[in-house]
Amino acid sequence: MEWFTALNVARLQFAFTVSFHIVFPAFTIGLASYLAVLEGLWLATGRNVYQRLFRFWVRIFAVAFGMGVVSGVVMSYQFGTNWSRFSDITGPVLGPLLGYEVLSAFFLEAGFLGVMLFGMNRVGRGLHFFATVMVAVGTLMSAFWILSANSWMQTPAGHVMNSVGQFVPEDWWAVIFNPSFPYRFTHMVLAAYLATAFIVGGVAAHHLLRNSAHRDSRVMFSMAMWMATLVAPLQILVGDLHGLNTAEHQPMKVAAMEAHFETRRGQPLILLGLPDMEAETVHYALEIPKGGSLLLGHAADAEVLGLDRLERGDWPHVPTMFFSFRIMVGLGLIMAGIGLWSLLQRVRGRLFATKSLLHMARLFAPAGLVALLCGWVVTEVGRQPYTVYGLLRTAESVSPIALPAVAGSFAVFIVVYTAVFGVGVFYLLRLMRQDPAAGAVDEEMEEERERTSMLRRLTAWVREQP
Amino acid sequence: MDALDLAVIWVILLAIAVLAYVLLDGFDLGIGILFPFLGDESDQTTAMNSVAPVWDGNETWLVLGGGGLFAVFPLAYAVIMPALYAPIIAMLMGLILRGVAFEFRGSTERRRVLWDRSFFLGSLAATLCQGIILGALVQGIPMENRAYAGGWWDWLTPFSLVTGIALVAGYCLLGATWLVLKTEGRLQRRARRMAGIFGLATLAGIGIFSLWTPFLQAGYMEKWFSWPALLYTAPVPLLVLAATFMLFRTLKAGRDLAPFLCAEALFVLSFIGLWISFYPYIVPSSVTIWDAAGPDVSLGFLLVGAVFLLPLILAYTAGVYWVFRGKVRPGEGYH
Repeated sequence: MEWFTALNVARLQFAFTVSFHIVFPAFTIGLASYLAVLEGLWLATGRNVYQRLFRFWVRIFAVAFGMGVVSGVVMSYQFGTNWSRFSDITGPVLGPLLGYEVLSAFFLEAGFLGVMLFGMNRVGRGLHFFATVMVAVGTLMSAFWILSANSWMQTPAGHVMNSVGQFVPEDWWAVIFNPSFPYRFTHMVLAAYLATAFIVGGVAAHHLLRNSAHRDSRVMFSMAMWMATLVAPLQILVGDLHGLNTAEHQPMKVAAMEAHFETRRGQPLILLGLPDMEAETVHYALEIPKGGSLLLGHAADAEVLGLDRLERGDWPHVPTMFFSFRIMVGLGLIMAGIGLWSLLQRVRGRLFATKSLLHMARLFAPAGLVALLCGWVVTEVGRQPYTVYGLLRTAESVSPIALPAVAGSFAVFIVVYTAVFGVGVFYLLRLMRQDPAAGAVDEEMEEERERTSMLRRLTAWVREQP
Repeated sequence: MDALDLAVIWVILLAIAVLAYVLLDGFDLGIGILFPFLGDESDQTTAMNSVAPVWDGNETWLVLGGGGLFAVFPLAYAVIMPALYAPIIAMLMGLILRGVAFEFRGSTERRRVLWDRSFFLGSLAATLCQGIILGALVQGIPMENRAYAGGWWDWLTPFSLVTGIALVAGYCLLGATWLVLKTEGRLQRRARRMAGIFGLATLAGIGIFSLWTPFLQAGYMEKWFSWPALLYTAPVPLLVLAATFMLFRTLKAGRDLAPFLCAEALFVLSFIGLWISFYPYIVPSSVTIWDAAGPDVSLGFLLVGAVFLLPLILAYTAGVYWVFRGKVRPGEGYH
């Protein structure tokens, strides 16, 4: 029970609450943009299918967003309750970044959300669309600031220390655009988009598997698969750049991720295996010789640092990093594969008729979210034993609270989160199972009517011309 | 301390944020507490729809309060949060339980009663905790070596419990007068009666709180009753009495908006009273605003944003309230 200390329970509690939380904002970042696109298409083309899809997804958005808000309020207070020393020391740097997040993002989202959800009959279509766009912009701004804050904790820059031991910003530009921020931000936004695309695609596939002629689901599925085709490969590229950036600024994180225990030239790339921190080796390793040096140093005999450069007690937990990273990459490759496959079937005109593709899309609907969570595990566990990398230790960040207090609150969090968000996810799934086109008039007839009336108007207009 | 003291500017801005939170989320938490007593299911749905478009924005002021404290008074944030550990966690749980009820309630027929209860209990717990937090702050929080130096149950005293109960009465008053403003017919008549009851209860709460506070610390006694401080402290209780009088008169006269404004005025006046007691301390008796303030470079940087963004936020928030002005239309919603 030596491990069971106030510090470790506080860490576990933070991991638990932030993991629950991030799922909802990630989904709503993507969904808000998708809703803006749907509403924009509806206004531009007048096709009712876009309006129906908007109405279908906006209900889901409302439930997910509500859960994101309430679990997010917890986060803004948890820094103080469980990590008060961290708050005091980093407050001058991180506080204003979070302050900007509240001022530029949270109010924007919350303010316009009401109009977006309830205002359709009270404001015009144009203003309603504006509200939807503002909500989408708000989610992206929120991502900007929170990722800037997180990235500063990974690659701190632009600060000095003051006499009471606080970090004090010296150059705000350097603080905000710290070395890892552009990569982490891009990687996260793409991850949110991709995760949402796979959820949308999975839902569409579910409905198409029941009725392959379902027009609304065809539109959804086609849009989602375009995202998979285009964004998944882009994400692999961005992820690679992010990895190289990490190798430059946090080489020990990469060493733990890749289970490189020893610093050496011609470092292998271990694809799979069982890392053993005690024995400092990887059992049953399936490896590409010199692959690690090629990947990280762009030369077969480049030197790649191993964990031997760190004191033993300062190692992050290697198996957690190793496996989380591999799950993330594996899912990323599968998603890119589904994207390519869908492109192939699209070109052959069989996008909606390929049962196996639809089954895959439904099966991998949560793939983006799982990959995103694994990515966060890699980057956060890899920051240990520091909260501000290399400068402030996690052990020096925690509140002076007793074990019973933090363990008690953790128990409450587990019970409430599991119950409330468990039920919430159940409701989300039920909403997704509903027929998006329920109660709609026959789209084909409607479009036919639209086309003939447009044709009639066009011929009338042509006739009127002198 | 010169005229352009950033710490003073920020404590004013943060006070405004907290006041905005109380004025806005107060009525929507109040509706949660009154929820089981509002009548049948359609009345309850009407009451909930009256706040559904705005509750999220209202709660954002609480995030600004917490986030702002972290940003500009990090030491105060680092001392207050551990000191009030249990009531803060309980408040957050209450806010979760009530916040999800808005959407969950519409997602289920069978389990609606469960989420109605969650809405009620969550609102009640959050309000009670906010009152207890206020009471515990007024009592004072000890600090040593830039960290909280008291016990884990220091927040729980007869005084903090009384402030908790008083705040419940106050939020119920706000909720009831909001319903008078937003509803019609049977529900409005019921809300009017409730507003009367909770108006009296709120006045009693403010009275007990105000008479008790000066005896907690000599500093408070001095701030309120020394000469010439009396010149600006004495009008506060007098105005409270005037606002209460107006509340009852306008309720009786069958006015819709005025009772709500009178109830909000009571909260503004109580807040001014708290300001007099607190200033220049941000954590009473141990941390002043200048002790707690972050470096000027942090305060100044965020101030630039606040100067531009706060008026914008106030403008579009007012716009949203304007869009949803007037009586709640029954059945309005997207469900």
